Amino acid sequence: MSLWIAVLVTALGCFALKLAGLAAPQRLLNQPHVQRFAAIVPVALLAALIVLETFAAGQRIELDAPRLAGVSAAALALLLRAPFLLVLVVAAATTASLRLAGLG
Amino acid sequence: MSVFLRGVAGLSAPTRNGLGVGIAAGLSGLAFGTAAVAAGFSVAQSSVLSLLAFTGASQFALVGVAAGGGNLAVGAVGALLLGSRNTLYGLRLSHVLGWRGLRRVFAAHGVIDESAAVALAQRSQAEARTGFLTTFVTTFVCWNTTTLIGALATERIGDTSAFGLDAAVPAVFLALLWSRLREGARERWVALGGAVIALAATPFLPPGVPILLASASALVATLIPARAPRPEGGTPDREVRS
Repeated sequence: MSLWIAVLVTALGCFALKLAGLAAPQRLLNQPHVQRFAAIVPVALLAALIVLETFAAGQRIELDAPRLAGVSAAALALLLRAPFLLVLVVAAATTASLRLAGLG
Repeated sequence: MSVFLRGVAGLSAPTRNGLGVGIAAGLSGLAFGTAAVAAGFSVAQSSVLSLLAFTGASQFALVGVAAGGGNLAVGAVGALLLGSRNTLYGLRLSHVLGWRGLRRVFAAHGVIDESAAVALAQRSQAEARTGFLTTFVTTFVCWNTTTLIGALATERIGDTSAFGLDAAVPAVFLALLWSRLREGARERWVALGGAVIALAATPFLPPGVPILLASASALVATLIPARAPRPEGGTPDREVRS
């Protein structure tokens, strides 16, 4: 699959999924299994994305200390109820300064 | 600054919420533009994704799979699975907003985490519409502008690892997940399950597939009745359900 096809399939599919929700008959919402799966599936996917974006390089599991420190700093910021934007800045700044200091 | 603050204070609550949420989320487009070009997408491809897909987590998922050298079809399926939560928002928003015809098609493009959160928090239909539109427009403008800036900068600079934006990407996902983890033990178990499955599968499967496999964790949770008490740490008993 070429990059352009992947881009367009993703773009059109994402729009179709949004429109499907707004235009769908309301009785779909009353299907408890559909509702429960749709509500919980992002939790599983986001958790998977977090660990893989932190620890994986292709099929390899690797430990990049500055990156891990950045993600940990983000978790700490979230614990302290920092706003979304600050969380991202803390993550990037932590990783950037550790790399500048010559770690990793 | 104080003039700005007074101006902001004079806005209605849904508008204020919409602006704040939109600006914060939109700025993470910088991390997206950077990640996309670093993964091998062109500036145009990165911008088309932000303009047309316009849903951050899905875009990051596709780009992440491409960066890992994974199959792009698998990446697209992962992006669509993540995008399916927007369908759920749409189902809830449809009678809250009450739009039909072309307006509904236009509004559909703006159904994302942030706009759904702001719109569903309002009391009246007028407030919900204002909150939805403000969040949609603010996020759309910021997200696309910052995507373009991040993509152009990365194209020029090349290696951006010195800026630590590779840590900002998982931080985006962590921030999105955070409020869900507070909802209850079920959410935390599903997250733990998803993370363990993804890590365990990574050495054996092409990049992207472990993320799809992680949704099995959500499937198991769906099959377990909502309020059944279950032992900590053990495998929950499977009930026979029709």
